[in-house]
Amino acid sequence: MTTLVSIRGVAKRYTRGKQTVDVLQALDLDIASGDFLALMGPSGSGKTTLLNLIGGLDKPSAGEIVVDGKRIDQLSSGQLAKWRARHVGFVFQFYNLLPVLSAEANVELPLLLTSLSKAQRKKNVAAALAVVGLADRATHKPSELSGGQQQRVAIARALVADPTLLVCDEPTGDLDRKTADEILTLLQQLNRNHGKTIVMVTHDAKAAEYATHRLDMDKGALVTSGDSH
Amino acid sequence: MKFLAQMFKLISINLKSVPARWGATLVIVVGLAGVVGVVTALQSMSAGMVATLRATGSADRAIVLRGGSNSELSSFFTRDQAIVIEQAPGVAKGEDGKPLASGELSLIAERPLRRSNTDSNVSLRGIGPAGFTIRPELQIVEGRSFKPGLQELIVGLKAREQFIGLDIGSAVQIRGSLWTVVGVFASNGDAHESEVLVDIETAQSAFRRNGYSSLLVKLDDPSAFQAFKDSLTTDPRLQVDVQNEVEYFSSQSRSFTKTIGVLVSVVGVIMGLGAIFAALNTMYSAVAARTVEIATLRALGFGGGVVIAATVMEAMVLALIGGLIGAVGAYAFFNGYTVSTLGAGFTQVAFSFRVTPTLLINGLVLSLFVGFLGGFFPALRAARMQIAVALRAA
Repeated sequence: MTTLVSIRGVAKRYTRGKQTVDVLQALDLDIASGDFLALMGPSGSGKTTLLNLIGGLDKPSAGEIVVDGKRIDQLSSGQLAKWRARHVGFVFQFYNLLPVLSAEANVELPLLLTSLSKAQRKKNVAAALAVVGLADRATHKPSELSGGQQQRVAIARALVADPTLLVCDEPTGDLDRKTADEILTLLQQLNRNHGKTIVMVTHDAKAAEYATHRLDMDKGALVTSGDSH
Repeated sequence: MKFLAQMFKLISINLKSVPARWGATLVIVVGLAGVVGVVTALQSMSAGMVATLRATGSADRAIVLRGGSNSELSSFFTRDQAIVIEQAPGVAKGEDGKPLASGELSLIAERPLRRSNTDSNVSLRGIGPAGFTIRPELQIVEGRSFKPGLQELIVGLKAREQFIGLDIGSAVQIRGSLWTVVGVFASNGDAHESEVLVDIETAQSAFRRNGYSSLLVKLDDPSAFQAFKDSLTTDPRLQVDVQNEVEYFSSQSRSFTKTIGVLVSVVGVIMGLGAIFAALNTMYSAVAARTVEIATLRALGFGGGVVIAATVMEAMVLALIGGLIGAVGAYAFFNGYTVSTLGAGFTQVAFSFRVTPTLLINGLVLSLFVGFLGGFFPALRAARMQIAVALRAA
């Protein structure tokens, strides 16, 4: 498999007043195209920071990040925003749907950043909602949906622009076990059947079992790696 | 195009979320309604006064006052001086070949105001037949004109509206003599409608003034003014000020409009600052309440410029709604509302508030300006927030 994400010597440092905190230290990592990687570790281990760097939400203090052949650590904020719109789909723990919009309007948001026509956008939105099994809930607002359904809408939003990479930050952290399993199964299907490369941060060892690989982090460094199952 | 589509989508999202924060939103709407309403009302007062005084007079008429007098009340001519003035070049002649000149006497009479029942000054003008000929706009609309030699008077429409006891048939005590109201006149809504007119000869006799306060002349045409003025101001027998009648009445409103202008500026700035802070507060709250939404949109790829534009536009839309309410309120409550105030001659000049289209547009522009300032800084904060940090606020 080809390497989709290449991370070399990446460090992330935060400065608060006179205090400097090294969150990530000289980290190297390759993620293959079509992989489903679970990042695990205790709170403060740097897994979400790493995920944000991979997703282009943040920039490293040092090192190099290449995604699909593009060096993203050197992009400006504006370029990074355009890059994210084209290459990354995000799934958040608390779904982060816009409450005033219907499910289909939420899913359509990333497509507003493309040059697709309204008709094409509508078609793609319908397809994405169908993939997550919510075609019949298109006009519902988030408040009219269960937690699991809201996360499915969020996944549809992450998929709709056909991104290179899906980054999921604790996607089941706010769901009960049964619903979490459904969501993880959906992510697994997206990985297996649609070839989506997924990087998922989780605290839940059971959730990590759905991934093809698992990486453990501690104190800003990778400590173990291996197949999940 | 994509930028606009994104911006309109964000504005639509922002506005849809307004019902969820009505209280904060009302601050900006009500604040701007108040600012625009008050500023527009004050400006309409000034506009009404200016319009009334500027409507008074004609370009082909000139008024002559004693040199150094700033109003008719402080001016005085002898009859002989009046004859010299009438003979100056540029003065039009009537059908009878006589100069069209009206020597007039200006006095103050006290009458109680209807609105407060307190005494105030009404302008009393002694006027002869030439005064009516020169002012064709002056028309009797009720009753009849006064008869020379009788202590009769006619009242302007606005004077009757403002003062008690000026209805036809009323007897009016003025400076120790009793006068009867016999008619009401209109004068195109100008400043003369706030006056009371009496026969000049009768007034001179009753009030022991053997001369005139001013002389109004009709010129051959407006271009004759300079020759007329030069002739009088270079005549060693006279020491006079000569003004075009339009200019004279415009100058009477200058100090009033200046005062109102200062008032509008002070009130406008204070209220405007208050509204800007209210708008800032509202928009900062709105941005704070939507931190995660904005961060999510930024994560999805929406640019900082779109977020700024949408937040500013949201503030401007809300401010415009407030501005519209204020402007409509000012129009509904004040347009045409008639009041009176002391003019330059210490007499009451009645005028109507005029909420003109220009004032309404100015009010709306003001609201948009306040909305822009109130939205810009919160928008900047929204656009500059670190996405990764803001997402953790969920």
